[in-house]
Amino acid sequence: MGNENNRELTMAAAISEGMAQEMERDENVFVMGEDVAKYGGIFGATGGLLDRFGADRVMDTPISETAFIGAATGAAAEGMRPVVELMFVDFFGVCMDQIYNHMAKNIYMSGGNVKLPVVLTTAIGGGYNDAAQHSQCLYGLFAHVPGLKIVVPSNAYDAKGMMIEAIRDDNPVMYFFHKGIMGLLWMAYFTGSTTHVPEEPYTVPFGKAKVVREGNDITLVTLSQMVHKSMQAAETLESDGISVEVIDLRTLVPLDKDTILNSVAKTNRLCVADEDYLSFGLSGEIVAIVAENLDSIDLTCPVKRLAVKDMPIPYSPPLENAAIPQSSDIENTIRGMMA
Amino acid sequence: MIEPTTDKMLWMYEQMLIIREFEETMVNIYLEGKLPPEIQEGLAFDIGSGPVPGEMHLAAGQEPVAVGTCAHLKKDDTITGTHRPHHFAIAKGVSINALAAEIFGKVTGLGRGKGGHMHLFDVENKFGCSGIIGAGMPQACGAALAAKKKGKDWVTVTFFGEGAANQGSFHESLNLAALWNLPVIFICEDNSYAISVTKDESTAIANNADRAAGYGMPGVSVDNNDALEVFSVVGEAVSRARAGEGPSLIECKTDRYLGHFQGDAEAYRPEGEVEKLRENDPIDLLRDHLVASDAMSDDNEKEIKDRASATVKAAYEFARASDYPDTSEVAQHVFV
Repeated sequence: MGNENNRELTMAAAISEGMAQEMERDENVFVMGEDVAKYGGIFGATGGLLDRFGADRVMDTPISETAFIGAATGAAAEGMRPVVELMFVDFFGVCMDQIYNHMAKNIYMSGGNVKLPVVLTTAIGGGYNDAAQHSQCLYGLFAHVPGLKIVVPSNAYDAKGMMIEAIRDDNPVMYFFHKGIMGLLWMAYFTGSTTHVPEEPYTVPFGKAKVVREGNDITLVTLSQMVHKSMQAAETLESDGISVEVIDLRTLVPLDKDTILNSVAKTNRLCVADEDYLSFGLSGEIVAIVAENLDSIDLTCPVKRLAVKDMPIPYSPPLENAAIPQSSDIENTIRGMMA
Repeated sequence: MIEPTTDKMLWMYEQMLIIREFEETMVNIYLEGKLPPEIQEGLAFDIGSGPVPGEMHLAAGQEPVAVGTCAHLKKDDTITGTHRPHHFAIAKGVSINALAAEIFGKVTGLGRGKGGHMHLFDVENKFGCSGIIGAGMPQACGAALAAKKKGKDWVTVTFFGEGAANQGSFHESLNLAALWNLPVIFICEDNSYAISVTKDESTAIANNADRAAGYGMPGVSVDNNDALEVFSVVGEAVSRARAGEGPSLIECKTDRYLGHFQGDAEAYRPEGEVEKLRENDPIDLLRDHLVASDAMSDDNEKEIKDRASATVKAAYEFARASDYPDTSEVAQHVFV
C-alpha cells in the first residue's frame, strides 16, 4: 500500500473502492448479484462491501438473472442507483431480454422521460482454460445494441474512476472487467493492471480513449487485457526500431473516434487487437471508421485485425492460446505490416 | 369481502365506460387507411398504414381487472403492464390524451411517439409496460424493492396474462418477491387465450393461483370477471403489501372480446363464443348493482355516460390534431 502518493491497488480493489465511495456518498446506491456479499464477488469486484454496508445494501441474489437484473431496472426507474453483477458475461443468454429489450430501450421508448441509473458489471475474457461458456468478451454484442454505455477498463486507475462515473450516470452502463487483470490471488494476471489509485473519489470520463504509448509508425487500437499484450509487443518492436502508438479505447459507447483517426492520420497504419470475436464486431467497426475517413487519411498498407477467429473458445491450453491473440501474434502481425 | 364506497363504485363504473369506449372506438380508427387494398394488389389489409399503424391489442371485456385493482392504488404506487395495456393505463390515471397521442405516434404522446401502444411510460403516475411476455414482473420486483429501501408504503402491481405464467420470469419473480418479502402484487389476467393457444393447451394446472403455494405466498382466484370481486380480493393483497406482509398472487378470469390483435381472423375461436361472453358483460353487471342499490339514478347514469364519451372523444381529437415529432428527434433520447 505505502503512503497515499504511491498507493497501488489491484483492479478488483479499485472497483470495490469506487463502489464503496459512491455508497457512502449516496444512500440510493446498492449492490446485488450472485455471491457479491459474503464471497465479495467471484472476481473480487465487491470485496469488503458487505462488512461495511450490511446485507440491506449488499445483497446476494438467487440464481435468477432475469429476476434480479430486471429488478435492477425496476429499482433504477424508481430513483435507486443499483449496481448489479452478471457473474460471467457468458450468462447473458438467460436474461438478455431484460438487458436489451428493457434496460437499453425504456429511456428511448419513454421519449427520455424515464431515467435508468443502473450499472451492470460483468466478468469477461479467457486465458485460463475455462472453455467456451466462461471465457467470452462479448462487449461488441452489447455495444451493437443502442442504449447501453459500454465501459471496458484495462487498469486499476481507470477502473475506479469509470466505476464512479458509471454510478453517477443516469443511463444504463455495462461495465466489463477482464478476469485476467483483476489482480486475483488465484489467477495469473498482467501486473500492469495494478496501478496507483488515489484514495479520494474521482471520475474518468466516458468517450475519451487514452494513448498509452506514443509512436509514429503504426496505430494499435486495443482495450482491456489486450492493452497489456499490446504493450509487451510494442516494447519488443521498439528495440527493433518499430514505433507503435497504442490506444486503449476504455469505452466503446461512447467511442472516441477522434483519437483513433488522429493517430492513424499520423502513423498511416492501423492494427486492431481484440479478444472478442472477429466477424461483425469491434475490430470491424474500428476499421470501418477509418475507412469512412480515407479522404483525410492515407494508409500505406492494408489494415490488420487480430481477434478470436470465429470459433468458440476451446479448452485445451494450446488450442486456447491459438484462438486468443497473444503478444507474439501482435508482434508478428505488425512486423508483417512494416515489411 | 371488502366493499367499495359508492364513490369508488361510481368511479369504477365510469372508468370501465371510458376504457370500453376507448377500445371500441379504436377498432374503427385502426382500420382507417388500411382498407381497401389500394396499397398493394391482392392485400386484404395493411398493418403499417393509416393514422394508427402497427399492432393493436385491445382490452374490451377485461376492464374489471384494471378498475378493481386501480381503485386501491395511489399515485405513488407502481404498475407494470403488458402488451395489452390501455385499460391499466387509463385506470391508473395516465393522461388519456397523451395515451391516445402516443398511439397515433404524435409528439404530444407519452413517449413523444417513440414507444407506441405497447410501450407506454408515465413517470409521474408510475406506469410502464412492455411488449415482451412476462417481462414486467422482474421490474415490478425492483420497484417494490425500491419502495422498501426508501421506507415508503408504496406497492407495485404487475399485470400479466395466463400465457406469461409459463415464462421463467414469472417463477423467478415470485421466488424473489417472496424471498425478499416485497410489496408486490402479481395479477394474472386469464383471458383463456395466448393468441390462439388456450390455457388447457398451455398450462399444466387449472388455476395459476395454485402456483403461489410453491413460493409461500397467498394465491387467490377470481372466477367471474366481476369488478367488485376483483376489488375485494386485490384490496386484501394491497393491505398486506402496504403493511409489509409481502407479495400475493391473484388470478382473475376475464374475457377478451376482440382478437389478440386487430386483424386477427380468430379462426381458433368457437363460433358464438364472444356473443355468449358479452351476455354477461361486466359493465352491465356493475351498472345493475349500482341501480339496484340505489347508488346511481337515471340522471346520474346519463351524466356519467356522457362524461365518459366526451373524455374519449376529446382524447382522440387531441391525438389527431397533434403534430408528428420532427425527424430531428430520431436520435434523441437514446440516452438522457
